[in-house]
Amino acid sequence: MQSRSFHLEIRSPEKLIYEGDVTSVQAPGVEGNFQILYGHIPFLTALDVGEIRINESADSQQSMATSGGVFEVLRTGVTVLVETAEWASDIDVARAESAFERAKEQLAEDSPDLNRPRAEAALARAQNRIKVVSNA
Amino acid sequence: MATLREIRRRITSIKNIEQVTDAMRVVAAARLRRAQENITATRPYAEKLNTILGHLISQMNVEEEALTHPLLEEREVKHVCIISVSGDRGLCGSFNSNVIRTTTERIQHYEETGADVTLICIGRRTQEHFDRRGYDITDSYINIFRQLEFQTAVDVVQEFEHLYVDKTIDKVEVIYNNFKSAILQTVLVEQLLPLEPIEPEGDSLFLDYIYEPGQVELFEMLLHKDLNMQMWKVLLDSNAAEQAARMAAMENATQKAKELIDELVLQRNRARQTQITTEISEIVSGAAALEG
Repeated sequence: MQSRSFHLEIRSPEKLIYEGDVTSVQAPGVEGNFQILYGHIPFLTALDVGEIRINESADSQQSMATSGGVFEVLRTGVTVLVETAEWASDIDVARAESAFERAKEQLAEDSPDLNRPRAEAALARAQNRIKVVSNA
Repeated sequence: MATLREIRRRITSIKNIEQVTDAMRVVAAARLRRAQENITATRPYAEKLNTILGHLISQMNVEEEALTHPLLEEREVKHVCIISVSGDRGLCGSFNSNVIRTTTERIQHYEETGADVTLICIGRRTQEHFDRRGYDITDSYINIFRQLEFQTAVDVVQEFEHLYVDKTIDKVEVIYNNFKSAILQTVLVEQLLPLEPIEPEGDSLFLDYIYEPGQVELFEMLLHKDLNMQMWKVLLDSNAAEQAARMAAMENATQKAKELIDELVLQRNRARQTQITTEISEIVSGAAALEG
């Protein structure tokens, strides 16, 4: 069956990341991954650190790493506001790995002026970027 | 009276300075254009975020349960955190000194009311100034404007947000240069926390939204995103204002150099004229002496 497509817009504070018609989009909701197809009812959710996958057609898939955001489904289409997002093809693996190591060291040292939530967030982001690349 | 050679040397050196300031003006102009583009690029995101937040609040039946959130809570102000945003470099007119002056005034103002103040410094200029004078600096961010990233705004927010929620501080203010236009920048003092209550907007079109997780959790998350966005706007604004200020300062400098050169050229011509006149009269009087 030919699946119908709908309009998708992905924006970060820095730029428009994606705009176009897609048949499905998968995103990391805070309560688990979900997938949106044509005709979904209006829906508002928060995104966690994870991977967003877009299908423009059955055999084309693009993916990106995101550090969280807001996901809104309206009758007219889907809008995703992400704080940061990188296409899998744009991710610098070496940089992600060094960020990963750095965050791990900081957490291991556990010095008194360590901003723990920030270090943990950095670790999660780096891990996610590495994962998205290896999936692609 | 300067000798001819001295004047010539000054002209050359001022011409060199003029070339440098003019080059800096061109660079600042290019950076300013990029900074303005960044401000424009962020607008759709900010608008969309506000719309979603407005929809959500209009659905949340504000009258029945009052909106309470740690970030909205107003407390007696005993500890204040001031975020002072300057640039990393000088040569941009009164850009940095305005921020430093306003920050000092605000600190004095709070100390007179009995509150203590801690600083978050963004930009080398404020960091160095307040560090040297022994102010209490919680955190500082240096060299972030060259490659401005949204993550920096998130990091700054995270820093003061947890201090606020822990009740270590009762109020957060940011002081920065607001970019009004290429020729006008003004220093603004804005309150970041506690957040101003947000008015509901929108219509009943969105009644059949489903929410995941609940409305309250989403509301909290959106408040947080909104705060990140405000911080990001401050950084972008300050960056654009810095470039505009530098452009204006370098344009003035180039103009002044041109005027100085004109004046010196006049002096040089006069000196040369005098020299020639002296030489001729010497020759003439020498010849007259031989004839006589």
